[in-house]
Amino acid sequence: MKLIFKRKLKLKEIFFEKIFALCSYLSILTTVLIIYILATESFQFFKQIPITDFLFGTHWEPLLEPKSFGVLPLLFGTLLIVIGSALISIPLGLIIAIYLSQYASSKARRIIKPILEILAGIPTVVYGYFALTFITPIIRIIFPEAEIFNALSGSIVVGIMILPMVASLCDDALQAVPKSLKQGGYALGTTSFEVIKGILIPSAFSGIISSFVLAVSRAFGETMAVTLAAGATPRFTINPLESIQTMTAYIVQVSLGDTPQGGIEYQTIFAVAGLLFIVTLMMNLFSNYIMHKYREVYD
Amino acid sequence: MIKNNLKNRKKIDSIFKVASKIITWSSLVVLAVLLYHVSITGISKLSLDFLNNFPSRFPHKAGIKSALSGSIWMLTFVTLISVPIGVLSAIYLEEYSKKNRITRFVEINIANLAGVPSIVYGILGLAIFVRFFQLDRSVLAGSFTMSLLILPVIIISSREAIRAVPKSIRLGAYAVGATKYQTIRHHVIPIALPGILTGVILSMSRAIGETAPLIMIGALTYVAFVPETVMDPFTTLPIQVFNWASRPQAAFHEVAAAGIIILLIVLLFMNAIAIFLRNYSNKKYDF
Amino acid sequence: MILKTKNLNLFYGSTKAINNCNVNIEKNKVTAIIGPSGCGKSTLLRSMNRMNDFIDSFSIKGEILFDEKNIYDSKIDATELRKSIGMVFQKPNPFPKSIYENIIWGPKINGFEGDKDKLVEESLKDAGLWDEVKNRLNDSALSLSGGQQQRLCIARAIAMKPNIILMDEPCSALDPKSTAIIETLIKKLRKNYTILIVTHNMQQAARVSDFTLFLYEGEVIEFGDTEHLFRNPKNKQTEDYITGRFG
Repeated sequence: MKLIFKRKLKLKEIFFEKIFALCSYLSILTTVLIIYILATESFQFFKQIPITDFLFGTHWEPLLEPKSFGVLPLLFGTLLIVIGSALISIPLGLIIAIYLSQYASSKARRIIKPILEILAGIPTVVYGYFALTFITPIIRIIFPEAEIFNALSGSIVVGIMILPMVASLCDDALQAVPKSLKQGGYALGTTSFEVIKGILIPSAFSGIISSFVLAVSRAFGETMAVTLAAGATPRFTINPLESIQTMTAYIVQVSLGDTPQGGIEYQTIFAVAGLLFIVTLMMNLFSNYIMHKYREVYD
Repeated sequence: MIKNNLKNRKKIDSIFKVASKIITWSSLVVLAVLLYHVSITGISKLSLDFLNNFPSRFPHKAGIKSALSGSIWMLTFVTLISVPIGVLSAIYLEEYSKKNRITRFVEINIANLAGVPSIVYGILGLAIFVRFFQLDRSVLAGSFTMSLLILPVIIISSREAIRAVPKSIRLGAYAVGATKYQTIRHHVIPIALPGILTGVILSMSRAIGETAPLIMIGALTYVAFVPETVMDPFTTLPIQVFNWASRPQAAFHEVAAAGIIILLIVLLFMNAIAIFLRNYSNKKYDF
Repeated sequence: MILKTKNLNLFYGSTKAINNCNVNIEKNKVTAIIGPSGCGKSTLLRSMNRMNDFIDSFSIKGEILFDEKNIYDSKIDATELRKSIGMVFQKPNPFPKSIYENIIWGPKINGFEGDKDKLVEESLKDAGLWDEVKNRLNDSALSLSGGQQQRLCIARAIAMKPNIILMDEPCSALDPKSTAIIETLIKKLRKNYTILIVTHNMQQAARVSDFTLFLYEGEVIEFGDTEHLFRNPKNKQTEDYITGRFG
C-alpha cells in the first residue's frame, strides 16, 4: 500500500541554495573592497611621496612643517610592542598550555579554561586602562627615567592580553596528540618532562607554531591598549622606556582629529594601514600554511 | 651503557611540573589583581546617577547613559545584520558547496578576514558606509562596519557547529526521502543551534568591546544625547571609557573604572549564557 | 523480480569496487549479501537507493533497474526514489526527537495528510516495538536501548511504506538478544516488503534469508537459493568462505 505524497517543488530547493551562496560570496566582496580602498588611496599617496622615502625614512612628521613621511618610527614602535608582548605571551602561554593539558586535574581545567576564555574576551580598552593606571606607575618605580607613556607598559599589557589566546591554541594542539604517543614514551622509562619535550611538543608543532604566529599578528594589529599606554610620539628608537607611537595608534590619532579629506595627511592613514594590512596578511597566510603543511594527521 | 641519571632527570621533571603550576596560577592571580584594582577604583563612582547621566566636564557628574544606549542600539543592529548573513553563509559552505578550488579560496579568505586588525575594518567602514553610502557617522554606519568585522568569526564558529552534527543523522533523513533543504531545516540546524548561538554570543561580546573601528567611522567620544533614529550619531561604552581614561585628571580615571565595571558585567553575563548554552548542547545531544 | 542489476560496475575515483554485477532480486523475499570485509557489500547496497550519490568520488557504469526503470537515469529524482527504497543503517541513528516524531517525520515532510497516530501505531507494531513504547511516544528516541533504537529505525523506514528495505549490517552493533528479535522481525517483514540485507555474519544469512549473494573483492562469486548455497555451494571459493577457511 503506497502512501500518497504531494509533489515537491524543486524550485524552492534551488532558491534557497542560491540565497545561501550569495551570503557566502559577501566575504570575498569584503576582501576585494579592503584591498581596493587601501590600494587606491595609497596610490594617491605614493604619487607624491616616493615609496622608498616612506619605507626607509626615519622621521615621521606628516602634520607639521617640515613634513616628513618615513614610516620606520611607527614600524619600530609597533615592533617594540610586538616583540615585548611576544616575549611574555609565547613562553608563558606555552607553559600554561602544558600545565593545562598534562598536569592539571580535570577540576582545575574546568576552572582555568573558562577563566582563560573570559580573559581573552576582555576589551582592549580595559587593558589600556590597566596599563595606564597600574602597570606604568610600577614601571616608573623600577625605572624612574621611564616616561609617562612608554612602550614597556604597552608591551606588558598586550602580552597579558594575548596570553590566553596562545595558551588556548597550544592547549588545543597538545590535546590533539593521541595518548598512545605519550604512553609509548612513558613505556620507555622517561619522565613526563622528557615526554613533553621530546614527544608532545614536536608532535603538536604545527599547531603551536601557528598559534605563535597568530599571537604576533594580533599584537601587530592591537590598537586601543597601545594608544592609551604607549604614547603618541613617533620615535625611531628601541628603548622601551620611551614614549613611542605604533602604526595603529597613529591611525586613531588622525581619525580623532579634524583632517580634511583628500589632503596628504588623510592619505597617510591608508598608506600606514596598507602596510599594516600587508604585514598581518602575510603572517596569517604563513600561519595557515604551517598549520596545513606540517599538520601531523592522527587518525 | 645507559647512564643512571634518573635522580637528576626526576628532579628536573618535578621542578618543571611545579614551575608550570606556579606560572599558571600566577597569571590568574595577575588578572585577579588587575580586576580588583579596577573595582576598587571604580566602585565609588557606581550609582544610579552614573547610569542615568550623560558625560560631562565634571567627573562627579559624568554618566554613561549615552554610551550604554549607543552600545545597545549598535548591538541590536549588528545582530540583525550579521547573524542571518553569517549563519546562511556557514550553511552554504558546509552543506552545499562542492569541495573545489573556489570553495577553498573562499575559506582561506574568511580565515584571513578573521585575522585582519579591527582598525582596517574601521577604514573600510569609513570609506564605504560613511563616505560612499553617505550614512555619515550614524548608528547604521557603525553597525554595518562592526557586522563586517565579526562576520568571519560567526561564519567560522557556525561552520564548526554544523560540522559537529553527526553524518548519520543526515543520512537517516535522506533515507526517508528528504531533500537537502528539509534535512538542514529540520535536523542539522536545530542540533547545531546551541553551538551557533554560542558563537554568536561570543561574537557579540567582541562587538561590544571593540573601539577602534567605531572611532574610525566617527563615533564621537563626547556625546551628550541618546540616539533616537538609526541615522543619529552615537557613542559606545568602550569609546566612553577610552575618552575618560585618556584624560589626565585622576578623577576621570575613577569614572573610567566605573564604566569598565559596567562593561565587564555585561560581558560576564554574555559569557555565562554562552557557557550555559554549550553545556546544554553537550547534554541534550549526547550521541 | 523487483530489482535488477545490469553489467553494474561501481567506482570510487579510479578504484573499482564492484565488477560486472548481474543479479535479480526477487520481490517479497529476503536476499542476503555476504562476503569478507571490504568486498564491496555496503557499496552495492547503498547504490540501490542512491545513497552513494553523497560520496564525491563515486561513479557508476551499467544500470540498476527498479520496476524496469534505470534508477540512475538523469530523469529520475533520487529523493523520490528513496521513498520507495528505504534503508536501515549499521549503527542505529534515530533523530534526537521524540519516538513519535521519528516515525512521522518522513511521511510528514513528504506531504502525508492521513491519520498520523494510526500510521505511527501501525509502523511500531510492524517493527515489534509498539508494546514497549506505546505509553511513552513523546519520550526522546535517544532514551531507548540500542536494540530498541534499531527497531525504531526499522519502524521509521516502514512508515514510508517502501517497496524495498535495504539493511546494512543492522545487527552488528547490537547484543545477541536484540539481534534475535530483529532477525525474527525480518522474516515477518518479507510478507509486505522486499528485504536486501548485508551481513558479515554467515549464520545470520543462513537463518533469515531466502536468497544469498556471495561477494568477494567486488565480484559476484555465487548467487542463489540460501539453502542450496550453504549446503551445496557450486563454487570452491564459496565453500572455503562458509566453512571458515578464510574470513
